[in-house]
Amino acid sequence: MEQLARIGRTGIAFTQSLGQSALLLWMALTAPPDRLSREFRRLVQQLYFIGVNSVLIVMLSGLFIGMVLALQGYTVLSRFGAVEALGQLVSLTLLRELGPVVAGLLFAGRAGSAITAELGFMKATEQLSALEMMGVDPLAHVLRPRLLAGLISMPVLAQIFNAVAILSAWVVSTELLGIDSGSFWANMQQVVDFREDVVNGIIKAIVFGIVITWVAVHEGYTAAPNTEGINRSTTRSVVIASLSVLALDFILTALMFGD
Amino acid sequence: MQQRFIEISVGLLMLAGMAALTFLALQVSARGFGQNKGGYEVVAYFTNTSGLTDKAKVSFAGVTIGQVQSIEIVPASMKAKVSMKINKDVDYLSTDSSAVIQTAGVLGEKYVAIYPGSEDDVLTAGAEIYDTQSSMIFEDMIGKLVTNLAAKD
Repeated sequence: MEQLARIGRTGIAFTQSLGQSALLLWMALTAPPDRLSREFRRLVQQLYFIGVNSVLIVMLSGLFIGMVLALQGYTVLSRFGAVEALGQLVSLTLLRELGPVVAGLLFAGRAGSAITAELGFMKATEQLSALEMMGVDPLAHVLRPRLLAGLISMPVLAQIFNAVAILSAWVVSTELLGIDSGSFWANMQQVVDFREDVVNGIIKAIVFGIVITWVAVHEGYTAAPNTEGINRSTTRSVVIASLSVLALDFILTALMFGD
Repeated sequence: MQQRFIEISVGLLMLAGMAALTFLALQVSARGFGQNKGGYEVVAYFTNTSGLTDKAKVSFAGVTIGQVQSIEIVPASMKAKVSMKINKDVDYLSTDSSAVIQTAGVLGEKYVAIYPGSEDDVLTAGAEIYDTQSSMIFEDMIGKLVTNLAAKD
């Protein structure tokens, strides 16, 4: 009987937190707006903390992933005498899958954890309740700019990741592996479709951006107001966001490229 | 000063994002732009389209002039109907042109090659190319080769 009750409790808690986070998202986005210039200033501030601070790690990862893809693709393709197809292999892999997913995982680790820790700390030091007491809505002032900044930064970061990775793959292919630069690009251009590959990749990145910041904000906002609570919430934020990215990626791929 | 630095670096981030997107659009994906705007459709019936897919190239003298829109079976004639979209500026295909399904390289992808005819009238929207030649099937060719060699002995 106790076992059964435990299962029930977990189910209820899960559903509650799901509903709570959906409500949180809804209320943060629909809270009455401030003066536009102030909203914009707060958004820019968050774009800096979330977006600009993640650029370096995203570019570095893109650099190495592009180079590794070129090397690994080369060893497989050379077995079939089709090394000219390296360009299309690298670009399709990056644009459709690796770009949004890896940028998303890095974003969850770099920006998502920072958002959760910051909000958790604000809660522990009662800054959020102080805002509320001054008649300032923390949902609109603290959560909304972070959600919007995540939504905007993710596609930007993913495209930077893709561009850097493709360029580094190009450098490795032409300089190290001796593939002709012209056939590298021509082969790529022949298969890569702007609407189907690039735009779908951007849509994925936008969805991941929303989900990652949503999870981060919810975990931070509901963190237990003490050191241990912040600690646990930050870890959970990264774990849940990363798993959601991977699961959603499968669903989105099935919808976009499934037929 | 602090605020100014933040604004400048966010501006740079947005610029970098746009630069990346422009690079992806122009250098990486040449396809998907301007290929579906304008153009007219012609059809051709083949007995075998094995390996031909949607969006395959349609070429004339080695130059891509359009792409395959759809492939479907017409039960009445037991043939495959291939609809092709030809670019608008290609207005010189004579009505007796022929369409052949060819392979790029030995194991490459299939495409439709259009060969010129001699009529003065040109193909227009909805026209049919009557003279067609189906896919060469690699296995069939090898099979024939083997029987020919065997017959000679």
